[in-house]
Amino acid sequence: MKPVILWSDALIFLLVISLALFFWRLRRDPQTRERWAEVFSSRLGMVAFTVIAAYIMVALLDSLHFRRALENPESLATEEVFYDNKVTSVFDVLTGGMGERFERTYSAPFALLSFEKENIKDADGRDIRDFPPLRHAGQHLSHPDERAADILGKSVRALLWGLLLCALVITPQWLLLRGSRFPWLASWTTQAVILCSAVWMVSLSRHYHILGTDQGGADVLFQSLKGIRTGVLLGTLATLVMLPIAVTLGVMAGYFKGWVDDVVQYLYTTLSSIPGILLIAASVLLFQVYIDLNPDFFAVGMEKADAKFIALCFILGVTSWSTLCRLIRAETLKISQLGYVQAAHAFGVSHTRILGRHVLPNVVHIILITFVLDFSALVLAEAVLSYIGVGVDPSMGSWGNMINGARSELSREPTIWWTLTGAFFFMFVLVLAANLFSDLVRDAFDPRTSLRRASA
Amino acid sequence: MFAYIVRRLIYAIPILVGVNLLTFTLFFVVNSPDDMAASQLGDKYVTPEAIENWKQKNGYDKPLFLNPDAAGVAQITDTIFFDKSVRLFAFDFGRSESGRDITTDVATRMWPSLAVALPTFLVGIGVNICVALMVVMFRGTRLDRGAVFVFVALMSISYLFYIIGGQFLVAKTWRLVPISGFHTEGQVWKFLILPVLVGVVAGIGAGARWYRTLFLEEANQDYVRTARAKGCSELSILFRHILPNALIPILTGVVVLIPSLFMGSLLIESFFGIPGLGSYMLDAINSQDFAIVRSMVFIGSILYIIGLLLTDISYTWADPRVRLS
Repeated sequence: MKPVILWSDALIFLLVISLALFFWRLRRDPQTRERWAEVFSSRLGMVAFTVIAAYIMVALLDSLHFRRALENPESLATEEVFYDNKVTSVFDVLTGGMGERFERTYSAPFALLSFEKENIKDADGRDIRDFPPLRHAGQHLSHPDERAADILGKSVRALLWGLLLCALVITPQWLLLRGSRFPWLASWTTQAVILCSAVWMVSLSRHYHILGTDQGGADVLFQSLKGIRTGVLLGTLATLVMLPIAVTLGVMAGYFKGWVDDVVQYLYTTLSSIPGILLIAASVLLFQVYIDLNPDFFAVGMEKADAKFIALCFILGVTSWSTLCRLIRAETLKISQLGYVQAAHAFGVSHTRILGRHVLPNVVHIILITFVLDFSALVLAEAVLSYIGVGVDPSMGSWGNMINGARSELSREPTIWWTLTGAFFFMFVLVLAANLFSDLVRDAFDPRTSLRRASA
Repeated sequence: MFAYIVRRLIYAIPILVGVNLLTFTLFFVVNSPDDMAASQLGDKYVTPEAIENWKQKNGYDKPLFLNPDAAGVAQITDTIFFDKSVRLFAFDFGRSESGRDITTDVATRMWPSLAVALPTFLVGIGVNICVALMVVMFRGTRLDRGAVFVFVALMSISYLFYIIGGQFLVAKTWRLVPISGFHTEGQVWKFLILPVLVGVVAGIGAGARWYRTLFLEEANQDYVRTARAKGCSELSILFRHILPNALIPILTGVVVLIPSLFMGSLLIESFFGIPGLGSYMLDAINSQDFAIVRSMVFIGSILYIIGLLLTDISYTWADPRVRLS
């Protein structure tokens, strides 16, 4: 086994570590604690946060890549170890090879037979045209009629195992957090639901395709799960790229005023006057041309897809900083008129120190609100971009690519609805949780709304 | 007022120059004309002669900014930058890489775009205001909180699913209207009704939620309390006091979008097969026709700047206290 670190893996872990450090430092600030306490004191906030955390966990597990060591054939007498060309992730292993059971083409959820007729031989050896049996579904059944009872039995067993796992995960939390003033019960319930369904999915997918298979015969559920990493990474990395540009320029424009302000305003007006989707599409296409003309930069296909993905994050980040920049500029303009900043000036405190100690901490709430709000917008944008053909690489599973591949299949008879359903469900849950959470964060951190509530 | 508009228009010039420089850098400096030729010709046929031929045919065989071989003004005018970028200012878009005249294309494709985008815009605003008003009537109750949750849920559905769902239900299952297509004569509405419906429904979540906040902001004002104190009924407060006042931020907020209606919607048009500017852009992106993309970027930024100007003017129009200076 040889670990492989893709650029996006490195970046996402860097991001998680730095966020953890950031919150660890903020922990001491009583005001911030108060605000976060407000977010988490509602049951909705707890549930939304738990769901987001689950998605992030999956994304992180899916970002631990390695290449399996191949067993040397007996004839080859060498100590050298050869590695599989395919990059596997820890998540792939945890799902019990859900992604390795391919069929020939479409098949419906829990189906035993393929979706399309093929020329096969019947029991007597005659050529007939019928639906061939699937390779990886219901192999253990002696008769197709047993299917319903079998699914039920396996589900009950999976549920019991799931409950056992829940007990293992939740009991320590319960022991630690029993007396807490936060509604942990909501979080635990969500965790239990997520864990149970995870166990159910993994155990049933050994015998059936829970959400069927797509045109290439790949398991739809597995693809939907793989889409989680793409969505989460895109949502966070693009914002990560945007933040430094927007914050630096916005704070500088609002604080120094004069020609700096003029330049920054000019920059963001120019950038925001270009239709966003065209700018993104043009940049992605140009990068595509660049990759096509320099094919020797990347060793494996995965690295090329990853480079495209990182480029997409960068492009989305670089093209979308104008809104945040405008907000921060306005806020900094206000703050730099305040008494304590004037006082700091009078004491002869240097600009960098004033910016770092007095201005930046007071715009953090804007950054935070934008970060959470943009996350869901980016996840939704990914699907649209993939549809236009400037999204992530087709070899990298993503909800946008799934929708793109399946949208014409609705016109078939009988309808192939499962691919769209899979992508829809996983995307909807993530975006809904993020939207609800961002509402709560905004309510807690935006001084305007919290003032209004205090006066009401 | 007039002086203000003129000054704003003059301010727009450096912004347009900036847009132009940016697109020019993207298209010609990051990727040289040689790269473009290579990718347009396809991998197989790339020979130095073929590239030269392609560049000559499409007018990319000149220097980027300065032509030292030419004399006088031609030093500047006989360059790619002048040919491909400066000419846009005179609305001379030239020809696409496939040889069609972009100006004519834009002029004909503008109307189908508008035919979809304008009804969507107007009906959308009407529906959103109605929905938001209904929710505001029940403010503070469980119904209000439930409605906000529904709005957020509607916002969390990708636009693609609205389109696919609409096509599947209305056109395929119920067979009420054709799935896609467009006619200029006869029953145009048959082809327009589904795209408009989908566009309106997809906008309800975000729109109604936003309008609800605007209405609530007004509902907390002093004049509302006064009206209530003097004995106005809740309905008359809502329609006579809150609604007209909340229309101001709604109006000034949506005005910026009006010019962009000409550009149409990328997704709606491509799904429903409407030959507007949105599908034009999408086709250009897919066939990597950079001449069209460049022109559309330019048109789009002009429309956006006009939108900003309209916003400012609408402020003074809706609220006499605002003075433009």
